[in-house]
Amino acid sequence: MTSFSRGSLTLQPSLARNRWNLLLTLTAGLFTALAVLPLIVVIAYVLLKGGSLITLQLLTALPPPPGLDGGGIGNAILGTLIVTLVAALIAVPVGVGAGVYLAEFASAGWFARFVRFGTNVLAGVPSIICGVFVYGLIVSTRLFFNQSYSALAGGIALAVLMLPTVIKTTDEALKLVPQELRWGAMGVGASRFITITRVTLPAAFSSIATGVVLAVARAAGETAPLIFTALFSPFWPEGLFNPIASMSVLIYNFAIMPYEAQIALAWASSFVLVVMILLANLLARWLGRFSST
Amino acid sequence: MSPSSSSPCFTLENVSISYGTNVAVRGVYMEIPRGKVTAFIGPSGCGKSTVLRSLNRMNDLIEGCSLKGRVLFENQDLYTRDVDPVEVRRRIGMVFQKPNPFPKSIYENIAFGARINGFRGDMDELVERSLRKAAIWDETKDKLKVSGYSLSGGQQQRLCIARAIAIEPEVILMDEPCSALDPISTLKIEEMMHELKKSYTIVIVTHNMQQAVRVSDMTGFFNVTANPDSDGKVGCLEEFADTEMIFNSPKQKATQDYVTGRFG
Repeated sequence: MTSFSRGSLTLQPSLARNRWNLLLTLTAGLFTALAVLPLIVVIAYVLLKGGSLITLQLLTALPPPPGLDGGGIGNAILGTLIVTLVAALIAVPVGVGAGVYLAEFASAGWFARFVRFGTNVLAGVPSIICGVFVYGLIVSTRLFFNQSYSALAGGIALAVLMLPTVIKTTDEALKLVPQELRWGAMGVGASRFITITRVTLPAAFSSIATGVVLAVARAAGETAPLIFTALFSPFWPEGLFNPIASMSVLIYNFAIMPYEAQIALAWASSFVLVVMILLANLLARWLGRFSST
Repeated sequence: MSPSSSSPCFTLENVSISYGTNVAVRGVYMEIPRGKVTAFIGPSGCGKSTVLRSLNRMNDLIEGCSLKGRVLFENQDLYTRDVDPVEVRRRIGMVFQKPNPFPKSIYENIAFGARINGFRGDMDELVERSLRKAAIWDETKDKLKVSGYSLSGGQQQRLCIARAIAIEPEVILMDEPCSALDPISTLKIEEMMHELKKSYTIVIVTHNMQQAVRVSDMTGFFNVTANPDSDGKVGCLEEFADTEMIFNSPKQKATQDYVTGRFG
């Protein structure tokens, strides 16, 4: 004798709980589709608008003067690569060093807590503020050889932007390295320096590399920090201490010009930038695979 | 191996070890002889692993761990300010509970310790000798370039022992080296220990009393008692004597109860 009614074991779609189940599953699926829709549309639109414009000349030539046709975005591609490289050269050693300090030397002290908190805040700082900061610190004071706008200033602005990501991924990656591995190294008489450089960092290498690549990819597409640090240049890069072209600023400048040729270049530039960032993300996934083996 | 085999290898004088404010083990006096196998047995939480780690300053790596009393190795206090813990660990090697090979090749696992310790001999020969001593040469000689992770748990543990031997320490500390292994691997490691004790002093923590009987010359029984100062528990060394004494005619009732399986 039971105080509950026992139904049939066959699934009854008409039951209230089954109808709710179906409805909510569909709603969740719909919202998920809406969430990835912008990504697909943006990529499709850029591919459509910019993909057809890609030629060898476009990748290697300078932009034309206003009113003329043809030309390319060679200087902007090179400029983006240079500025991003400068940023990575600054942010990677500093960020990895800070991450090593946080994870290996000061995991619980007040200073580490302060730095971790500061890193999170820095990660949330709008990118334009990084630009204004570097503008005020370096550009307006003509810090480097009395030059104002420069590739180096742009690189520093992007480095500030990359830092929190690099610090956080290094910190997290090192924390995932099993403690036993450190003990093992210490147990055969390794100093802390040897333990970290020869055992712990290599074990965390692929996760750190993934984080670095993602940070680089993010920085490469930034416009705001570059507008008033690296500025723009219609010419080929002239060293680190002069203004330099970049794809993101080229898009910003050319997309709103009244000339067809410039607008086309902006689309082509968007395409190249999106493809580069896509490739960087694929590279990051590929690097990440090594951590599981 | 050593001329003065009469003097103890380690002398512990009134050693108490705490984690933060929590005393884990206290009042340990013991003399661990040279060239013998000494086993630590006792119920969980009695502080035997803690005492073992204090012998080569592994506890330094654990946040908030502090030690009172004196630990003498070769009549030198290991905890004075001028002692270099890295040098201590070079002379007193360690094998851990969980096999922890480096994510490198088998060859590199052995060569790593030797290289960082400034080894200048024939590395191939050292790798082979260490693997032979740890009774794993036959299984690995054809795949020295393969990652240490590809080995089975028992093989990994023997690899870790080979790694510890490669730097030619004077003492090898083993923290439950067989607890994660099957009986056959355990047997292999025990056989190996009989070989190793000809040239090394070995201190082993084990939960397995038969293992203590099989491999050790001296046994220390640790017990947990209620801490009179707080409501926590604290470990202490109940009895330390020849293994035969501990298992056949212990002086303490608690030891008797433990080794006959009446508690623990």
